[in-house]
Amino acid sequence: MAFDSTIFFDQLFSEAYLRGALLSLSLAIASQIGAVIIGFGLALGKSSKFAVVRSLCTSYIWFFRAVPALLLLLLMWNGLPQLSPVFQKEWYSPFLAAFIGLALAEGAFMAEIIRSALMSVDDGQQLAARALGMTRGQVLFKVVLPQATRVALPPTGNEFIGMVKYTSLASVISLQELLTTAQMGVAVTFRYAEYYAAATVYYLVIVSVLMLLQNRVERRFTWTSTPTRRRFPALSRAGAAGSPKQTTTQEKVPA
Amino acid sequence: MKTPPLLEVQNLHKSYNNVEVLGGVDFTVRRGQVKALLGPSGSGKSTILRMISLLEPADSGTILLDGEPIGVIGGRVDVRPAPERVLARQRTAIGMVFQKFNLFPHLDATRNVMSGLTTVLKVPKKEAREQALEMLDRVGLSARAHAYPAELSGGQQQRVAIARALVMKPKLMLFDEPTSALDPELVREVLDVMEKLASDGMTMVVVTHEMRFARSVASEVALFDSGQIVEQAPPDRFFDAPEHERTRRFLAHMH
Repeated sequence: MAFDSTIFFDQLFSEAYLRGALLSLSLAIASQIGAVIIGFGLALGKSSKFAVVRSLCTSYIWFFRAVPALLLLLLMWNGLPQLSPVFQKEWYSPFLAAFIGLALAEGAFMAEIIRSALMSVDDGQQLAARALGMTRGQVLFKVVLPQATRVALPPTGNEFIGMVKYTSLASVISLQELLTTAQMGVAVTFRYAEYYAAATVYYLVIVSVLMLLQNRVERRFTWTSTPTRRRFPALSRAGAAGSPKQTTTQEKVPA
Repeated sequence: MKTPPLLEVQNLHKSYNNVEVLGGVDFTVRRGQVKALLGPSGSGKSTILRMISLLEPADSGTILLDGEPIGVIGGRVDVRPAPERVLARQRTAIGMVFQKFNLFPHLDATRNVMSGLTTVLKVPKKEAREQALEMLDRVGLSARAHAYPAELSGGQQQRVAIARALVMKPKLMLFDEPTSALDPELVREVLDVMEKLASDGMTMVVVTHEMRFARSVASEVALFDSGQIVEQAPPDRFFDAPEHERTRRFLAHMH
């Protein structure tokens, strides 16, 4: 069976795939937001003055970094309802189970990213903010967090892209996201290549858009009055300092 | 009727890990006076600014601002360190300028100066902006009002930092080696701003290595050594006829 491009394009522009892609994307967005909130709490908790809070956070991170996301989703979807009838009700959807599972797991990874970002902010910043009379909350949200965000953005973008792909794991708990959509088509037609290729295109498009978005957001954090496209200020400054020297020596040689 | 001195420091003690940094320091600063604190590094002169600015609690001793004890609550008998919220409010009366400027890198010069007004004093944005621009003009930086800290020279950054503290209308300004991190050719512009401030009647405590500044601007000069004040006197007597051998040795090293 050769690759049938008619089937491929039919599927690519079908409503089922579009729905699947939207579901994948919304699950990824929701889970990542949940993970950022959990991670922020854990990051603060890990620097708490109470030893109990610190070790609770450390245990959380240890547990959710160790358990595979796939296993976690199965636990959420099949394990929880077995333990408590609450989760057997209608409201507990595959989407909700996947959201909880992915947010919990990713939260452990975000905790480390956010913690290191918070630690990267110079100590003088909180001193200056407190000297102005800011309270602890104001210091955190007005001064430290905006600066930590810049540091956390690139790795968080990375994690988010990972999250988009992790949503495909939810196919095992019957969530009709992209991969499930493809597999359902495959099960009826046995057209593996066409159906999987259509899903691949969607993942490529989603991740490309996210990368562009990340670029734009990062540019907002350059903190200069003139828009600049320099990606590595340290490197370009070294280059700028080096180049005039070169021209002067070059000028001297012919003279 | 005699008014109390603006700042009165009584018997201040501070130790870090059982190493005594301040061993009972007393001094007073009258309204409109400029007090210069000199001394070798590690002598405790910067530590005392941190205590007065309420960024760190003293182990014991009293700090009176305008005759009122600050940094503590309770009566004469049960004195306790004040909670952070109270400290934050009290800090607004004291302006602090740091050796490393500590401007907020994510805000332009204007918004750096505005930050205390809007966040702490809840001044409306428009009004805060006007006050900030006025203050930037006072330190000679109205042309750089929209530059970010990374786009300013060290001297310009320090002048923004002074404006940021001044705009809060503090009763007292503290300077912790304000020119020590600057290239030599940028020192003058910062000292000029400080001299103007002194002649406008601002009460100031300045930790510095600038002997000429201490001599020409200070109303009184104090020498710190090993956590204690060795000698304090008006500048002409301090520099031309010091009483203590330690002062003579220190001055000999500085010239």
